[in-house]
Amino acid sequence: MTAPDQNDPAVRKGQEDRLRATWAPPMGLFLRWTDTNNNRVGNWYTATAFGFMLFAGLLALLIRAQLAVPDNDLVSASTFNQLFTLHGSMMMFLFAVPMFEAVSILILPQLLGARDLPFPRLSAFGYWSFLIGGVFVSGSIFFDAAPDGGWFMYPPLTTDPALSGLGADIWMLGLSFIEVSSIAAAVELIVGVLKCRPPGMRLNLMPLYAWYILVVAVMILFAFPPLIAGDILFEMERLLDWPFFDATRGGDPLLWQHLFWIFGHPEVYIVFLPSIAIFAMVVPTFARRHVVGYPWIVLAAVGTGFLSFGLWVHHMFATGLPNISLGFFSAASEAVAIPTAVQIFVFIATIWAGRVVWSTPMLYAAGSLAIFVIGGLTGVMVAVAPFDWQAHDTYFIVAHLHYVLIGGTVMPLFGGLYYYWPLVTGKKLSDRMGRTAFWMMFVGMNVTFLPMHWTGLMGMPRRVQTYQSSLGVDGLNLLSTVGAFLFAAGVAVLVADLFRSPWRPLARRNPWDAGTLEWTQKADSEDWGIRSVPLIESRYPIWDQPNFVRNIDEGRYFLPDAEEGRRESIITTVLDARPLQVIRLGGPSIKPMLAAVTLGGVFILTTYHLYWSALVSGVLALGVILWWLWTGTGEIPEKPEKPIGHGITVPLYASGPTAPGWWAMFITMTGDATAFASLIFGYFFFWTIHADFPPPPTPGLAGPGVFWPMMALGLILAGWALTILARETNARGGVGIARIALALGAAASIGGGLAALAGPWFSGLDPVLHVYPAIVWVLVIWVAAHAALSAIMQLYTLARSLFGRMDPVHDADVRNITVYQHFFALSAVITFPLIAFFPGVA
Amino acid sequence: MRSSSSVLTAAAGAGKTNVREQVECNGDPMTSDECARRTGGPNLERTLRLAALPVTLLLSGCAGVQSAMSPFGVEAAATARLTWVMVAGAVLISVAVAALVVRAVRAPEGSLSHSGGMSLILWAGAIGPTIILFGLLITALPMMRQLPVAPNDLTIAVGGEQFWWRVQYRPTGAPPVEDANLVRVPVGRTVRILLTSPDVIHSFWVPGLAGKVDMIPGRTNTLVVRATKAGTYRGQCTEFCGLAHAKMAFDVVAMEPRAFDAWLVQARTPTRLSSPAQAGALTPPLHPGPGLRRGTEGAAPSGQALYTSYGCAGCHAIRGAGGRIGPDLTLLPQRRSLAAATLPLNPATLAAFIRNPQSVKAGVLMPRFAEMSDAEARAIAAYLLEPK
Repeated sequence: MTAPDQNDPAVRKGQEDRLRATWAPPMGLFLRWTDTNNNRVGNWYTATAFGFMLFAGLLALLIRAQLAVPDNDLVSASTFNQLFTLHGSMMMFLFAVPMFEAVSILILPQLLGARDLPFPRLSAFGYWSFLIGGVFVSGSIFFDAAPDGGWFMYPPLTTDPALSGLGADIWMLGLSFIEVSSIAAAVELIVGVLKCRPPGMRLNLMPLYAWYILVVAVMILFAFPPLIAGDILFEMERLLDWPFFDATRGGDPLLWQHLFWIFGHPEVYIVFLPSIAIFAMVVPTFARRHVVGYPWIVLAAVGTGFLSFGLWVHHMFATGLPNISLGFFSAASEAVAIPTAVQIFVFIATIWAGRVVWSTPMLYAAGSLAIFVIGGLTGVMVAVAPFDWQAHDTYFIVAHLHYVLIGGTVMPLFGGLYYYWPLVTGKKLSDRMGRTAFWMMFVGMNVTFLPMHWTGLMGMPRRVQTYQSSLGVDGLNLLSTVGAFLFAAGVAVLVADLFRSPWRPLARRNPWDAGTLEWTQKADSEDWGIRSVPLIESRYPIWDQPNFVRNIDEGRYFLPDAEEGRRESIITTVLDARPLQVIRLGGPSIKPMLAAVTLGGVFILTTYHLYWSALVSGVLALGVILWWLWTGTGEIPEKPEKPIGHGITVPLYASGPTAPGWWAMFITMTGDATAFASLIFGYFFFWTIHADFPPPPTPGLAGPGVFWPMMALGLILAGWALTILARETNARGGVGIARIALALGAAASIGGGLAALAGPWFSGLDPVLHVYPAIVWVLVIWVAAHAALSAIMQLYTLARSLFGRMDPVHDADVRNITVYQHFFALSAVITFPLIAFFPGVA
Repeated sequence: MRSSSSVLTAAAGAGKTNVREQVECNGDPMTSDECARRTGGPNLERTLRLAALPVTLLLSGCAGVQSAMSPFGVEAAATARLTWVMVAGAVLISVAVAALVVRAVRAPEGSLSHSGGMSLILWAGAIGPTIILFGLLITALPMMRQLPVAPNDLTIAVGGEQFWWRVQYRPTGAPPVEDANLVRVPVGRTVRILLTSPDVIHSFWVPGLAGKVDMIPGRTNTLVVRATKAGTYRGQCTEFCGLAHAKMAFDVVAMEPRAFDAWLVQARTPTRLSSPAQAGALTPPLHPGPGLRRGTEGAAPSGQALYTSYGCAGCHAIRGAGGRIGPDLTLLPQRRSLAAATLPLNPATLAAFIRNPQSVKAGVLMPRFAEMSDAEARAIAAYLLEPK
């Protein structure tokens, strides 16, 4: 096969027509919503998260109106509690994290010169889950049923049915659903950064935004599962009265606080690092030079990610901890300021060394940095435990966290909006309105929150519906309210600017004269993304690589065509981005939406205790997901390989560690294992804290014995070994033996799951009596549920083999489920010896 | 406003009179004691001295009663000093960074070489902060230690409950004294405060005395404090605890040690023999009969009889007689406020609260007495405000 002549305009025209047809979005009133292209899904995602932010902002204005004067009764205490709970929860779960994921889905393919992310349908599924869960949670305020226990939902206030209503369930289940979609997006982004880079873009040539995405997505992967584990325990207590957080039955309210803040503190950095990432793109562009200290900033980002998992306890300084914990977590909390300072000085050094071109995005960057530095410094103050004992849960913290989050998330995001708007829409926003909005927000922000530091030290706690004049904070509060409305007016100006955008003329290509890959995109860009996938030799290829843009446009790099009419992108190696495979991407499909609707049904129906309907919805969700996988993944291509240009030919099919699907499974299971580890943490937490754990073996409290757990362990390990056997024999052509092994493996998994449940069942462990039986039950239910999934996977793989969708060469399915089996076997190896022998040892 | 000496008088001989002079404080009508308490007496001067901070100009004259920056305890004082040091440091660093940014923006291209940039990052970004933070940590670590406490030091057990405070003084070698919503501490003596909660998590915070400590079901936390200055102050719950979280505060009175000892003895001693225990009201009827409630034809029933007939003792105790669900009412006449330091205490507010607690403090667990007349409520209030 000879390479096409890219000098011939007719050849190029033919390629472009084929690409256009292949990537054409579905049309029609409904069908357009089945699109999965990152451009469209990313737009919906971003707009939705932005809408939730505006809504949560309105709630904040109500809060400020209520607190404008002392002893006010504009809103009742009940409404007020819903307002602040929803404001915090929405800003965190429906704005900050999803916004990062939305923007990343939108621009990551452009940053990496990929046509799309590796799993476009997963992005669509994530979006629809987010929309459904978000509307469910935020809409509750209109029915006076919004959560009212604070965004941290501390039990026992929130687990006692007498003290908390439906709102607590809406929070737990609605947001758990969104957490699942967040993890889905994180998996997508990690695989995207690791496997979808253009040829030549070694890790050390990656744009900084991609580095930050990688760090943040990995953080999501480890931070959200502890919260999900906590949510499980929490709902078990609310719905079934299992006493995980009930001190009268051996539980402990502090376990929730640990699980929540193991999530909650990394969460702060999860929402802050993406903004630094935007700076890291904006600052070099307007300093007209490479970033100074690329290794420094990458190391600092990674270091922040690591450290952020070691300081959750600083949210619990007032809970009466031993001195050693105080000292350790105080030190760690202060230490995290160091990588943050490194990142800030990287920008200062870059600006200093470069020639600054002043612009609206740069104004936002500078302003946010100023705000953020103040937030960071007060952060160091509250890391000092004795000061925190005064400041904790007062308006000082409200001030601190808003300096951090407005300076570190909201304002940089607005700056990013001005920066990337031309990339997404082809049009520039108004500089004049952008600057007006900036100054209104900057002044408004400071007028609102600077006085709050003092308000807090003067004795005003957080989350109070009203306050007395005797505190002497009337004037400060009024000032804060005035500032909040000024800030809101600034946001309104910005929104008006966005709405005027469609009437503006197209901007020129690369309007900021930036050097990074994404700006090769034309103002009237097409859905196919990049015209040809370039070979990258620099961090700023537009600046450094000669004829870079022209070569891309003329299809002179890789994969300039869509000969087979299939949506394709290049998969490369993790470290040095050598081409490995051309991946066939999923096109428009209704299945992700259906999966989101049915899975959402499980969470929403459970909230209203409609368990049978929830079960039906769950079965439907499982069916849709299997249908989606069956038709959309592991497809055997019509030919083994294809040329991508420049004499390089790569396979169309990959399995094992070469394939993105294997990575997705591995990464997902890492998150799953983290949730499991959190449950194990719970078991040992109760043991270390309480002398009566495990309690004396009386009826209902003794169990689960040794026999059944060991039986379960044996069966699960047998299932694991049989799956490995299936993988190996299948690869060697022994399809028949592999099929038998898979069938037996499924039987072993089911048997293992049942044996797991049999232990506590036959020994009569009563989970309502005490936390010990409850945690044992949760562990075996966790393993049993995974056993059921394991059996489904093994039977699915068996069916794939029987229907000719898997053969000795095309064996991605069995390789992927083997990854699952490794993690599953590990959880069994930990769980069963623990529950069988630990009571005797303890 | 009253002078500081009258505050001390009020602190020592609390609640001798029930009808107090009405004054204006910050626009709120309240008793003069109340206003004096709000001003914090001598703290006023201290607060004004802090006027160096521009933001203080916004404060009304009535401030400092619940302020971490107007300390009256050794821990709070040390923390306040640390706060000023850190604020000064933070302002200094902010200004320095801002100046550096301005300089960086104005610098012509190439005025900082690549290696110069790398050293800037190393020194200003990594090494500088490390040294500063290490210094801060070393300074703060000793402050994390609790004050030393001796076995004979006074113990006060405080329980946080939705939405009030159960207070029990446990002096060594003497029977305990039960009170609510008011914590008295002797000046200059170390006091151990045991913190618990039977329902949800609360947090005990007297900013002028020490930092906050949570009250967690199933745990007992200890806070050791030493007041340094007599006066009347305020504390508040700082862990969100439900509907009336904003109205869960308490008064704090720091007393001269001798006055405190005298008060403890006096509080333990019944002032009259006709207290409910002696009057045989130990077992109140579950359903007060109409006869009892109306009393003898023609003569209005006494407040004490109404207290009994409405079943108040089902939840409240006076001199050890009655339930323990609600606040102990023995020392109510000596309290400084009502409904967990959210209302001024006088016969009118007390009567209104008794009839319909929800109307003045939404979320309070005490039921409403719809059938109780205003006169009955006033009679009960009058009875409750008599020394027991």
